[in-house]
Amino acid sequence: MSRTDPSRGLLVSPIRNGTVIDHITAGEALNVLKILGITGSTRECLSIATNVESKRLGRKDIVKVENRELRKEEVDRIALIAPHAKINIIREYQVAEKKGVKIPKILKGVVRCPNPGCITNSSEPTESTFEVLEAGLRCFYCDWLIKDNIANHII
Amino acid sequence: MYHIISIRDFERRDLDYLLDRAQEFDAGKYQPRMLEDKLAALLFVEPSTRTRMSFATAMARLGGMWISVDSVEASSIVKGETLADTIRVLSGYADAIVLRHPKEGAARLASEFATVPVINAGDGAGQHPSQTLLDLYTIRQAMPVDGISVGLLGDLRYGRTAHSLALALSLYGVTLHTIAPEGLEMPESIIFELRERGMEVVEHKDVQEVLQELDVLYVTRIQRERFPDSASYYNVASSYRITPDLLTDVREHLMILHPLPRAGEIDPAVDRTPYARYFEQARNGVPVRMALLREVMR
Repeated sequence: MSRTDPSRGLLVSPIRNGTVIDHITAGEALNVLKILGITGSTRECLSIATNVESKRLGRKDIVKVENRELRKEEVDRIALIAPHAKINIIREYQVAEKKGVKIPKILKGVVRCPNPGCITNSSEPTESTFEVLEAGLRCFYCDWLIKDNIANHII
Repeated sequence: MYHIISIRDFERRDLDYLLDRAQEFDAGKYQPRMLEDKLAALLFVEPSTRTRMSFATAMARLGGMWISVDSVEASSIVKGETLADTIRVLSGYADAIVLRHPKEGAARLASEFATVPVINAGDGAGQHPSQTLLDLYTIRQAMPVDGISVGLLGDLRYGRTAHSLALALSLYGVTLHTIAPEGLEMPESIIFELRERGMEVVEHKDVQEVLQELDVLYVTRIQRERFPDSASYYNVASSYRITPDLLTDVREHLMILHPLPRAGEIDPAVDRTPYARYFEQARNGVPVRMALLREVMR
């Protein structure tokens, strides 16, 4: 697909400065925003494209955030649900930096522990913390293991 | 700072070290007033008899002092105070905090806010490391732990002592037989973890399938509140009851353990057999907790 292909129209316009998150697993764009803490009430100008054709992934989602350069540790948090995502930092319409995402060893404040008896699901002044293992995510406090459907537990 | 939170934090050499120290305390090889100037806060926001009293006994035997909260009703928690705040306050009073709490992960959280060592004395359905150490200690008194067959019987879903013990035994090449009623089986995630650690885990429904192969049978309480009505509870509980009749043809050195209190899982007539070791096990709580208190307040 080309941006100038008149039969398809202009899907998402280029941005002057900011971050483009490309190659997001199809259907996960909104979860990606949720993890990044970008909600309807934030001031960033956002463009979201879902189920766009992709040679590599078949279908993919794209998110563009204007005037905000996401830091590496911020975007690494999305690796769990979008492991193939590519981050492009845009300055003056040019790609200034391009990087992949890496699953962090510890995930803080991203996922809620599904164990109702876990101390993190109470009024204590603490943040949910999960150790990222090959088998899934293990709650640092109660040892609960989330093996699948991680997106269902995003805070 | 040295906290005792979960068996997962320990390697085998750490467990063996603590068990060796407990053995020295048991043999009377220690300075009687070793913790003379120390004070432990026993924060028990869930009922406990043995654990609380054995920690208090251990402090007293080492010449130390303790302060205690024995129920939620008697504490500021009833006024809505967070555990984090309670722990910060107690850190200013005591040299160590021993915590029993109904929420899983409470001890881990407490260790983040405490400025003194925290010992987990049981957190919800989670971990109970001092119980596990005394269980291991009791087994080790009778036989080497390496390579033995251990049966865990009863409520393996919610029973924290079973979870902690299984994890510890996985460090000793033990074959684990789980025997639990439907609905109270050991959580899949724990079995998965045990197998990842290289442990052979065999699941059973009936204790008679495996009793003759066991070196240790660890019985836990089946709680009435886990069942919808009394009839179904009695039905299940009676089929998991250990009686002297079941103990014919078992291994001569079979050891029956129970973290106590029991609620009918072991017939009192079993107490008179050479297999019953649960009262000895309870007694071992004191030297093991002496070793833990000493280590964290060094």
